[in-house]
Amino acid sequence: MRNIWIICRRELSSYFTSPIAWLLLTMYSVIFGFIFWNFVAEFIKQGMEMEMMGQASPMNINEQVIRPLLGTSSFLGLFVVPLISMRLFAEEKRNGTIELLATSPVRDIEIILGKWFAATVLYCWIILYASISFVFLFRFGNPDWKPMLVTLLGVFLQGAALLAIGTFISTLTKNQIIAGALTFGACLLLWVFSWVSSYDSSTWAQVMSYMSVITHFDSFDRGVLSTKDAIYYLSVIFVGLFFTARSMESLRWRS
Amino acid sequence: MITVTDLTKRYARTTAVDHISFSVNKGDIVGFLGPNGAGKTTTMRMLTCFFPPTSGKATVAGFDVFDQSIEVRRRIGYLPEAPPLYLEMETIEYLRFVGRLKGLSGADLEKRVTYVCDRCAIADVKMKLLGKLSKGYRQRVGLAQAIIHNPDVLILDEPTAGLDPKQINETRDLIKSLAGDHTIILSTHILPEVEQTCERVIIINKGKLVATDSVQNLQARARGAESVLIEVAPRTGSLAAPTAQQRLEKIAGVSRVQLKEERGQGSVFEVESDKGKLVRGDLARAIVEAGWDLNELRPSAMSLEEVFLQLTGSDAAATPEAAPSTDAPAPEAEA
Repeated sequence: MRNIWIICRRELSSYFTSPIAWLLLTMYSVIFGFIFWNFVAEFIKQGMEMEMMGQASPMNINEQVIRPLLGTSSFLGLFVVPLISMRLFAEEKRNGTIELLATSPVRDIEIILGKWFAATVLYCWIILYASISFVFLFRFGNPDWKPMLVTLLGVFLQGAALLAIGTFISTLTKNQIIAGALTFGACLLLWVFSWVSSYDSSTWAQVMSYMSVITHFDSFDRGVLSTKDAIYYLSVIFVGLFFTARSMESLRWRS
Repeated sequence: MITVTDLTKRYARTTAVDHISFSVNKGDIVGFLGPNGAGKTTTMRMLTCFFPPTSGKATVAGFDVFDQSIEVRRRIGYLPEAPPLYLEMETIEYLRFVGRLKGLSGADLEKRVTYVCDRCAIADVKMKLLGKLSKGYRQRVGLAQAIIHNPDVLILDEPTAGLDPKQINETRDLIKSLAGDHTIILSTHILPEVEQTCERVIIINKGKLVATDSVQNLQARARGAESVLIEVAPRTGSLAAPTAQQRLEKIAGVSRVQLKEERGQGSVFEVESDKGKLVRGDLARAIVEAGWDLNELRPSAMSLEEVFLQLTGSDAAATPEAAPSTDAPAPEAEA
């Protein structure tokens, strides 16, 4: 436990001393802020139009602003995840610092958990930092906070799952660009797998659709806390980290 | 302290280390010598538990490198060929990280950090980023991280590679000063380094153990005999070297006479004699009786370089192609 924390802390401080963390925070906030502004502006315009026409159809800030916004958030995660995870092992392999970690009295699984945990913390930090915008909605409106938290949890779980896959891919190469590109490809593939269900209902299509990270985001997106989907994300995390451990072991046997 | 029995490491196609056995006693400084690609780094990586051996057994401080790998890792300090530094960290921050990783904490950790900074003369770069340090400083920070947890065994892979002569001397002195507290194995392909720093040598070539002995014994053993250099000059006229050589060869106990060089009137010979038979007196007498002058007589120690070449064979230079490049900084297989 102590070792996991030591490694996690170093990873985090390395994210913040190199410009990666700041760059991601800035870019994400700018893009998220822009989208936030878009949705809110549209919401206000629609509200004013309705008032002018004298229609009083119900408007819902949760449905019309927060939900699409967090949906976009989960989409933006696809771009953020490879940038966070690509360096985890690839950089250590290139610099030779992996020899320090692998010859220290620390178990492989502690190294892996520490690194993955640091990546997840950074990811959550970026999402939360951008979510400061929501404070304005609570200040000037009256949204329901419970479904919002559930959707946020979905965004975190999806990110953590993709980061576990990214961690595994990072152990395969010492080239960060290759690790990043492969992770991005994997993320995108797990995203588009959900599309098959719209025109095909064969078993294969169902399997592919089940594998997609976005299929399982639906319930979180609607503000429903579904154990089934949470278990999907947790198992992706488990499988990703399991493969990372095997990959590190094979690194020891083969290298 | 370290026992290695039939240690073997096979890669897909090549055998990098082939049934090596040796042992190292507590407090020794042992030089691990071999041409590039001989299997030095591979052996060290097995000892440091970076990867397991294909077969064979190695124990460090009584713990098996495979079965009790965590216990072994607690007791070794390892400096790989390229110091494993996180370039975006400050020196002190890095040393604290490594210290914690090796199990130190609190006041103990701070004490050790201060100690290794003094010991390795890096106190003045404590607050600098590792990426901004010169090669010599980086090497010393690398040594500092290896000794931070006061390990029983220090394993140093080419600790002086790439340094300038002044830095090489400083690093050597540092290593020698560490010898009292730690058992040290250092690898190198620079021979004078072994002569200067090490008490014992383990020579490997193409993954096989060639010799393991003390530096003095090795020098003696290579010839199996005592050899002396003599300079002979005639009183008048010039000396016919072949005649002199024949004359010397007749002396009882002499096994070989070799003309080294002709110096003005005289000639320099190297005379070898069988082990345990001191022929220096006979030599001197024979020369004087022949009416020549004996200008010089001194024992000729064979340099380690000659021993090395003799032991590894003259094809030593050709090995890098034949053996896998295990000396590269980080040769993890790319997937």
